[in-house]
Amino acid sequence: MTHEWAVEAHGLVRTFGDNRAVDGVDLSIRTGSVYGVLGPNGAGKTTTISMLATLLRPDAGEARVFGHDVVREAQVVRQLIGVTGQYASVDETLSATENLVIFSRLLGLGRAEARRKAAELLETFGLTEAATRPLKNFSGGMRRRLDLAASLIAQPPLIFLDEPTTGLDPRTRAQMWDTIRELVATGSTVVLTTQYLDEADQLADRIAVIDRGRVVAEGTADELKDAVGNQSLQLGLVAAADLGSALDIVTTFGVPATTSPEARRITVPVTGPDEVTDLLVRLREARIAVDSISMDKPSLDEVFLTLTGHGVAADGEDDTAGTAAAGDVACPTTSTREEALR
Amino acid sequence: MTTTLTAPRQQIQAGSDRSLSNRTSVGQTVRNTFTMAYRGLLKIRRTPEQLVDVTVQPILFTLMFTYIFGGAIAGDVVSYLPTIIPGILVQTVITTSVVTGVQLREDMDKGVFDRFRSLPIARIAPLSGALLADTVRYGIATTLTFAMGYAMGYRPEGGLGSVVLAGLLVIVCSWAVSWIFAFFGVIARTASSVQGISMIILFPLTFLSNAFVQPDTMPGWLQGFVNVNPVSHLVTAVRELTNNGVLGADAVISLVGAAVIVAVFAPLTVRAYMRKA
Repeated sequence: MTHEWAVEAHGLVRTFGDNRAVDGVDLSIRTGSVYGVLGPNGAGKTTTISMLATLLRPDAGEARVFGHDVVREAQVVRQLIGVTGQYASVDETLSATENLVIFSRLLGLGRAEARRKAAELLETFGLTEAATRPLKNFSGGMRRRLDLAASLIAQPPLIFLDEPTTGLDPRTRAQMWDTIRELVATGSTVVLTTQYLDEADQLADRIAVIDRGRVVAEGTADELKDAVGNQSLQLGLVAAADLGSALDIVTTFGVPATTSPEARRITVPVTGPDEVTDLLVRLREARIAVDSISMDKPSLDEVFLTLTGHGVAADGEDDTAGTAAAGDVACPTTSTREEALR
Repeated sequence: MTTTLTAPRQQIQAGSDRSLSNRTSVGQTVRNTFTMAYRGLLKIRRTPEQLVDVTVQPILFTLMFTYIFGGAIAGDVVSYLPTIIPGILVQTVITTSVVTGVQLREDMDKGVFDRFRSLPIARIAPLSGALLADTVRYGIATTLTFAMGYAMGYRPEGGLGSVVLAGLLVIVCSWAVSWIFAFFGVIARTASSVQGISMIILFPLTFLSNAFVQPDTMPGWLQGFVNVNPVSHLVTAVRELTNNGVLGADAVISLVGAAVIVAVFAPLTVRAYMRKA
């Protein structure tokens, strides 16, 4: 009998000093699915994963992996998971083969078996040519692939990928995506964290948006996108004085608009060109002069604005400092959207 | 460079179908330790410059101290050798064990330790393996010190068997002492602070001993310390072995001391290591 839930977490909390890095996270991840944890730097993604992967002890709350408690049955959980960190967790001074052989031996494979497994994984990940070279000369993409290979030795039924493509070039990124898709095809459950909406969109069955240590929204990619609109319309107004009345009009469409700091631009999530046309007509009727318009796919920034009411924090670990300065203001309608999602 | 995953599409075994245990057996702990030691040896082979301290120091110190103090303490260099070689040996090898702590700290800062923590292996293995691999370094230092002594005219009365035994005794005791520095390595913030703390402890211990001169030439209060200093016991044990072929009370005291150090510091180190996660 297989367990329905690969991960069940309730009220996970982890603090570092005064910083509540994870502040009551609940997650339910179905076996065999790909689950995306989406959030900016410092949101608590890595800390959450670390607790689920037994690397960090939760200060409060509990989590189970295939029904096994991550604290009390940590060693059992470790037999069921593979972890690929944000930074490649392989041995720099050793070669790719040596790394994989050592991990295989640690996992209980015999000498010959370990060599065979290492060769097989290197082949699978296209690293055979570089097998005996020290990792110092590896590119970022090669390291990530080796790292992922190392996580797959024991064929764990649950794999954590912490920002598997951050810092990779677009081509390597696409290769990584293919690899992840193949993993799922073998029946593994994959939990991946990412800063990129399109990555979560491409890969994940369900997505949790995490911010300041809390899950602010959870759902399928489509549900999330509905919340922010499929596309967003950027309106540049000629006169800043028109901003208030323009916002009033936008709000009658029932969408949460945001204004930019310089306060002459409005960003409106829209479902399609028809809505844009209607909106522009209404603005014309109200004699509000529009300077420029452009259409964009919603960015993570906009997802955040919409779901949390504040912008993505400035790059860095400490997100409480950055958000206050971001300066973007969201419409009050935001919160109702967010509730609808949950 | 193509990365199409021509992987075996076979389905993985479901978690609930696997036999799982929440405990690590002694056998597994030993196996994991040896694998980690193998990793340590590979690292030494890849970065041979790490071995500078265990190759240069025995040669340099043996030459320096023997020629500087030999005439003054024992009348001539050759008659000083039976006193100084065991002393230098113990000092050199124990000093080398500091490097174990320093390197452990550097190693732990790398991402690979995160993976070790996430693997279902004995928690102690990444530490015990590293420490075990370092006995190779102690072996090199021991061999070189004896070889230098031999080159300078040292002919141990106890014979080759006793010399080997003495070397093993020093290696075992240094391995035990290395747990202390491994503990510093785990709790310290940086590698250089490990070096700093360790040297402060090590210098008084190795120099305030009978390694270089007979304690009866020292003031009474110092003799008191020198005579209880574990390093003195180890030096005496090595002298008795190499010069007389006798495995005496000092050897027993040294081994008991080593066992106590491991019994105290190994659990402390592992706990600190786990908490650091």
